[in-house]
Amino acid sequence: MLKYLASRLLTFIPTFIGVTLISFSFIRALPGDPIVVMAGERGLSEERYAELVKQFGFDRPVYVQFWEYLTGVLQGDLGNSFVTKKPVWDEFFALFPATLELSICAMIFAVALGLPAGVIAAVNRGKFFDRALMSTALVGYSMPIFWWALLLIIVFSGNLGWTPVSGRIDLVYYFPNATGFMLIDSLVSGQKGAFASAVRHLILPTIVLGTIPLAVIARQTRSAMLEVLGEDYIRTARAKGMPPGRINGIHALRNALIPVVTVIGLSVGTLLAGAILTETIFSWPGIGKWMVDSIFRRDYPVVQGGLLLIAVMVMIVNLTVDVLYGVINPKIRKR
Amino acid sequence: MSLLRIRNLSVDFATASGPFRAVDSVDIDVDTGEILAIVGESGSGKSVSMLALMGLLPWTATITADEMMFDGHDLSKLGPAARRRIVGKDLAMIFQEPMSSLNPCFTVGWQIKEALRFHLGLDRAARHARAIELFEQVGIPAPEKRLSAFPHQMSGGMNQRVMIAMAISCRPKLLIADEPTTALDVTIQAQILDLLTGLRKETGMGLVLITHDMGVVAETAERVSVQYAGQKIEEQPVADLFATPHHPYTAALLDALPERATEKKLPTIPGVVPGQFDRPAGCLFSPRCKFADALCRATPPKPQGRDLGLARCHYPLNTDERAAS
Ligand SMILES: Nc1ncnc2c1ncn2[C@@H]1O[C@H](COP(=O)(O)OP(=O)(O)OP(=O)(O)O)[C@@H](O)[C@H]1O
Ligand code: SF4
Ligand SMILES: [Mg+2]
Repeated sequence: MLKYLASRLLTFIPTFIGVTLISFSFIRALPGDPIVVMAGERGLSEERYAELVKQFGFDRPVYVQFWEYLTGVLQGDLGNSFVTKKPVWDEFFALFPATLELSICAMIFAVALGLPAGVIAAVNRGKFFDRALMSTALVGYSMPIFWWALLLIIVFSGNLGWTPVSGRIDLVYYFPNATGFMLIDSLVSGQKGAFASAVRHLILPTIVLGTIPLAVIARQTRSAMLEVLGEDYIRTARAKGMPPGRINGIHALRNALIPVVTVIGLSVGTLLAGAILTETIFSWPGIGKWMVDSIFRRDYPVVQGGLLLIAVMVMIVNLTVDVLYGVINPKIRKR
Repeated sequence: MSLLRIRNLSVDFATASGPFRAVDSVDIDVDTGEILAIVGESGSGKSVSMLALMGLLPWTATITADEMMFDGHDLSKLGPAARRRIVGKDLAMIFQEPMSSLNPCFTVGWQIKEALRFHLGLDRAARHARAIELFEQVGIPAPEKRLSAFPHQMSGGMNQRVMIAMAISCRPKLLIADEPTTALDVTIQAQILDLLTGLRKETGMGLVLITHDMGVVAETAERVSVQYAGQKIEEQPVADLFATPHHPYTAALLDALPERATEKKLPTIPGVVPGQFDRPAGCLFSPRCKFADALCRATPPKPQGRDLGLARCHYPLNTDERAAS
């Protein structure tokens, strides 16, 4: 197992350099000059412009800039934001808990509904529930996030007034940012109503972000279950006189979980991509919104660093998924 | 006393190309402690008829029977919950493919203890003790250690022993063994069969042995039922069947059996079992039977009397036997 982990970690190195290169070129491929954007409406003099170009190092060849950036990154230095002048690293970790909280809630939402839905659909294959669920999943899968978010906001925030439209908590509450997770912080603060407010703020973004993973997980669970339910060992379990709930929920589901865990792992990438849009729509102060704002400001170090850190997150999740396989199915562990 | 009594069992599958009758009005009887062998070519409905009894067929199957009495219960009239209290406890089955019949995600110990908990309500310690005892009984070395093994860590023969241990864990009254040795190599085959017949002697359970192997039939069975294309075409005590087969199909099977041959697999006779689309109008065996005539091809034969082995044939063989006795 350790050897396997080590070999997997080695394959990270080329991926890591590749991602660095892509993020580095991506932001530079966008038209627009960060210095001009920074100067804003007022504009700036020729001398000042030349001075800034020199200060940011834009006067040197691109490959030299990349090399410097890469060596910096390898030493743990992601550079400073052009705009705030603060280290990218610090900004990322200040905002990351908000994104993590939202993503975890969205994933819990997707798994908690998607797994049982997929199991029930598979067990009732071809019946009404199955058809209804699978058509809904197809709709959910192909729904544009933006449109879906607006629809929910109109109904639940606009018409019904149940949920707030933006932010993480009502502004009347204030407490120290202990963990960065609003649910935990609000609970710890002991302020009456703070936790409920945090929950209400989370509901719509969670649903919006969790919808696509939910659809994917439900469909994958269903097809994996259908395959497993035809296996000989399911017949054996029935021959032992086990009740259907136990057969479906334990004997079959444990086997069906392998492909499902794979899509859950893959959804993490989708989830982070979706978080960018969701956070923008709901003014959620996480890295998604931070990245979007930085792209508009042509804040090169932030965009590069943010993309890189997101990529590392995804790689870590994939590695975790690989390790989970072995835990779920011991047959895989042997290899 | 009759432990199992099935009358007029038929199974129809709904297939993409229309209904298909895999089992056609079969009667089966097994007494307490008896070994019944069911033989027949591939596709003759041996497995399907037993799976129907166990209630293990997929939803595409329609089962009809006049009677499915097992140990005083009519299985066809029981609800699913009541049925589960019998299936897996008093009525158990082992399958052809030991490697795929055990769940790869759980230890064999977990899988055997599960049945003990559900049917016998044993506590943790008692389950553990009983599982070890069962593993010893089926000849699994180092049972304590094996309990925590996963199926893929053991050989096919060991897995089949686990399956047998699992099947007999609640001391069933009837054990159905569906070609339990086909997937195993020859030396292991003999061990497994010895194990099954030994268990029968120890526990007094009835045993239904589905097999292709006429050698196994001759050595182990007491009564033999021959199935062809979903029908039972003959049934006799084992010695009588080998001495005086009444149905031409049985006779052809025995004729084709090479004498003192090492290869004792079910011999091949020319032609194939009729499938879904080429079912003859009259006797199902008529396309392959050397005695077939116009009557055979037009009218399906009814079973003869017990003295003629219930042979489904218009012209049963060895009838002089009856005159002589
Ligand atoms: N689920 C199913 N759907 C449709 N047809 C089936 C199904 N299961 C079995 N059959 C058909 O029923 C017939 C009898 O099958 P069965 O498995 O009982 O044969 P068998 O006598 O056990 O043969 P073998 O010796 O190969 O195990 C076969 O023609 C088979 O194709
Ligand atoms: S009924 Fe006719 S065709 Fe059928 S087995 Fe008997 S002799 Fe052969
Ligand atoms: Mg079979």
